[in-house]
Amino acid sequence: MKRSKGKNKIRIGGGAGFSGDRVDSAVELAAKSELDYIVLECLAERTVALGNMIKIREPGKGYSETLSARIRTLLPVCLPKGVRIISNMGSANPLAAGKRTYEIARELGFPEMQVAVVLGDDVLDIIKNKPELILLESGKTLESILPRIISANAYMGADAIVPALETGQAVVLTGRVADPSLFLAPMIHEFNWSYNDYKLLAQGTLAGHLLECAGQLTGGYFADPGKKNVPGLARLGFPYADVTKDGKVTLGKTPETGGKLDVMTCKEQLLYEIHDPSRYITPDCVLDVTDVNFKQEAKDSVHAFGARALARTDSYKVSVGYMDGYMGEGQISYGGPNAVARARLAGEIVIERLKIRKFDYLEIHKDFIGMDSLHGKTSTLSEPYEVRLRLAAKCRDKMAANAVGEEVEALLTNGPAGGGGFFRQTKELVAIQSVLLPRYLIKQTIHTIGK
Amino acid sequence: MSIKVYDIAHCRTGDKGRTVNISVIAFDEAKFHYLKQHLTSEKVAKDFSPIAEGPVSRYELPKLHAFNFVVENMRGGGVTVSLSQDIHGKSLSYLMMGIVLPEN
Repeated sequence: MKRSKGKNKIRIGGGAGFSGDRVDSAVELAAKSELDYIVLECLAERTVALGNMIKIREPGKGYSETLSARIRTLLPVCLPKGVRIISNMGSANPLAAGKRTYEIARELGFPEMQVAVVLGDDVLDIIKNKPELILLESGKTLESILPRIISANAYMGADAIVPALETGQAVVLTGRVADPSLFLAPMIHEFNWSYNDYKLLAQGTLAGHLLECAGQLTGGYFADPGKKNVPGLARLGFPYADVTKDGKVTLGKTPETGGKLDVMTCKEQLLYEIHDPSRYITPDCVLDVTDVNFKQEAKDSVHAFGARALARTDSYKVSVGYMDGYMGEGQISYGGPNAVARARLAGEIVIERLKIRKFDYLEIHKDFIGMDSLHGKTSTLSEPYEVRLRLAAKCRDKMAANAVGEEVEALLTNGPAGGGGFFRQTKELVAIQSVLLPRYLIKQTIHTIGK
Repeated sequence: MSIKVYDIAHCRTGDKGRTVNISVIAFDEAKFHYLKQHLTSEKVAKDFSPIAEGPVSRYELPKLHAFNFVVENMRGGGVTVSLSQDIHGKSLSYLMMGIVLPEN
């Protein structure tokens, strides 16, 4: 089931763009698209921090919660076809993820399958001894949040993953890795690309960036009925890229599925989560997409070209997760004549009652859903038929957070007329800031599970 | 007479903490030049002022007939600690597309 290297072209699929992504689309991609690799990108900004909190309570957990479902459905499709799986579902506990994947493979009747696990992104012990590091977002020192830190993970690059691919194992699992690096690694592995060949690294990183959100390249997060129509969106097919040894990138989509892949969907995804288009920093290079362009080759087939890059920087970006108090929230709806005035009165009452109870809040946020909850107070809109009050407050104390939901609930019998459909929740807030750490401080290692 | 960004371009939002980026991709070259003249970073900063302190930067990608706007200092603190309903700012492309511009 191991594939040999030395090809001139490989096909890499984007099988997940976040932890909640659709498993069915990934299975269809793997089954129908003649892939060499499928990449499952499943880590949002806070996921590793939340995973670390779970790992502290349960040392065998802390990997992606959707790992078992994804591996169980994808292995029977991928292994017989020789499609290799690369994923950051290891999250806060890549070794445990590897063990779980190995167990599932045995349960499914693949006793030979082993798992290569990439370690080294967890730098919590290193940064705890560096309180002088500057947080990029607040400009303060790390010391300001030190007692509340729960995780610190470096965004590793493709060079951390390539040695795991060299082991030949069908499944490679990592913790925190930059999203495009998950895709660049198999290209470097297969084509022996050099870290000094910026033209190739640029095209590979471009392909990775376009694929990393899976369905967002093929018509997801795009449709606007009557203006930007997407056929068969309910059966959205996931994308892949054909990449050649000399860096030609052609994007495609799972055959016989819904969605669409064209120059418009590619342009939108190219600029997704990019700031300065001439300086998109990854651990592998500094990508410049200013002159990137797209050409429709055929239906659902687009050629992407024109990427440039400069050498990678000498540091890793490290995502630091820390406890940041609590959020209490309550919601309730009002409809019909004078609904907005009743919702406004309800909001004022809750805030006054919280004050009377002497709770302290760092911030209280009031929304009228249907009017201003997404874009703030925009221009003169006529009043809606119905409106939903949403109160959310941040505080250090859990009791104070609970009180927000309690007081919204109490509106049912103690508030304005006709309030219904109430909801409340209290959440522990996990915040993220970043620091830069010199490359030489971080060592990556590979562990093979099942050997 | 006036026109909306929605009539001549399409947009997508991405987030990174307290900063969001919103692409504006003109439907053709003439509309790109029109937007270049009228959809300035100052205009976007003004229309986003209820939800962001700014500043706003505009990057040009003429080959794609596109701009990338980077809006800094979202009020409420961004994805990880924001109390907003749409903590990722995923809906903000439609605030951009609702911006009204003068007709040439």
